[in-house]
Amino acid sequence: MKRDLVFITVIGKDQKGIIARISNAVFKHNINIEDLNQKIMGGYFVMTMLADISDSPVTIQELKKELAVIEEEMHLRIQVQHENIFKAMHRV
Amino acid sequence: MEISLVEVMETVHMTLYHNFDIRTVTLGINLKDCIHSDLEVFKSKVYDKVTDQGKKLVLEAEKLEDKYGIPIINKRISVTPVALIVESCSCDAPLEIAKTLDRAAFDAGIDFIGGYGALVQKGMTKADERLIDSLPEVLSETERVCAFLNVASTVSGMNMDAVIRLGGILKDISCKTDNGIGCAKFAVFSNAPEDNPFMAGAFHGVGEPDFSLNIGISGPGVVRSVVEKNRDCDLTALSEVIKRTAFKITRAGELIGRELSSNMNVPFGIVDVSLASTTKVGDSVARIVELMGIERMGAPGSTAALALLIDAVKKGGAMASGNVGGLSGTFIPVSEDSCMSAAVKAGALSIEKLEALTAVCSVGLDMIAIPGDTPAETISAIIADELSIGVVNGKTTGVRLIPVPGKRAGDFVNFGGLLGETYVMDISTFSSRDFILRGGRMPGPITSMRN
Repeated sequence: MKRDLVFITVIGKDQKGIIARISNAVFKHNINIEDLNQKIMGGYFVMTMLADISDSPVTIQELKKELAVIEEEMHLRIQVQHENIFKAMHRV
Repeated sequence: MEISLVEVMETVHMTLYHNFDIRTVTLGINLKDCIHSDLEVFKSKVYDKVTDQGKKLVLEAEKLEDKYGIPIINKRISVTPVALIVESCSCDAPLEIAKTLDRAAFDAGIDFIGGYGALVQKGMTKADERLIDSLPEVLSETERVCAFLNVASTVSGMNMDAVIRLGGILKDISCKTDNGIGCAKFAVFSNAPEDNPFMAGAFHGVGEPDFSLNIGISGPGVVRSVVEKNRDCDLTALSEVIKRTAFKITRAGELIGRELSSNMNVPFGIVDVSLASTTKVGDSVARIVELMGIERMGAPGSTAALALLIDAVKKGGAMASGNVGGLSGTFIPVSEDSCMSAAVKAGALSIEKLEALTAVCSVGLDMIAIPGDTPAETISAIIADELSIGVVNGKTTGVRLIPVPGKRAGDFVNFGGLLGETYVMDISTFSSRDFILRGGRMPGPITSMRN
């Protein structure tokens, strides 16, 4: 099965439950987490989650809508972008 | 191949905080196959083709915005130069076709449609003349139609008979629209590219296939951010960081352009790597120049700084895509770039300096407000000066001047929205009348002896 990878990125103030809530939302839609990185950059919590949406019934647009709720409640910035844009921009 | 957290965040920051976007996806459409002796049938074929493809363009572009999280600001259409397709039609055909294009653009959700124009660098046909005469009416009675004229080229020289008419035409367009805003939808060119995706001058050239998907990247905000971070390096190093940034943003444009053309089943045309300012604070080409160490855009050193900037952008862009084309310069529109307007207000930037800036890199005299009582011959002379730079240097130059009725040098004018606001520029009051009224054609320049 061909993988269809997206990066979910989170920027915001460090707080409890960020990874838990996002992982839960992703799991609910049968999305597999392939990789996860997090660190504090310039005083902000940043996280990148590489997720495979090929088995999921939801589209990127629907996933974005769901994550937008968490974004608002936890005062974060959450982006969902297909992996290809990062490959194009950062690899020759 | 792993992408690091830092790399992912660099892209995310560009989008969230530095206005990184795809400025335009422009679908070129050939309308030659719509020509029909019955004007009603002709109009209906044009309408159907434009709306069908236009709706598809908007739909598919929105899907990619979602997929990649990069905004695609404008979805536009360019068509075969209209003068070519109305050659055999009645006198009122140009206006009728313009209204059809306007309606089709509206119904398809396209904000601007380009191609209402003619290529008259060597001479004008009757249809070309009818189209030129219709410009004031078309640009005041339609909302979304953009017009262009190519009146000069390096091979043919400059058609001064057409240039004479343009001074008066611009004044007529200006009088018929609020603050002369109709002139913002009209660009005059030398060496106009056939695949330019940017309005107002976009058209689908005669050497193009049935369809062609062209993409205009953007990114003054992204380049400004890297220049801001590199305040102390020398100019060699600065060129290098700009080049790397241009590579990245062009690659994003290339990816989205190719995927969009594939999804629409139309050929991919070009990526235009021009830096295009917007009215947003920070999304300004003038600000980049200022951060390079020039106190105000227009001060001595501005021409050199802009030359370095666009050279680095072109080098990064050419490495990123084998399909770089269109204008691929740097736009320095005055009203659409808040720092350019501020430089005019401060007295740092004159029209003469703007003309010099266009010699090294940029696309032309763009979105410049001039006094409403500027004589038509003086407007023609400004056009001739600017286009001469393009003709002699073998490059594209364009002119988009707005004579603002009732306004004088130094007056403030607000064009609204994306067109921005500015101050009316001071124009020399010495006359060029006798030179312009000679008419004829300035011969194409010799291309050896390059000094």
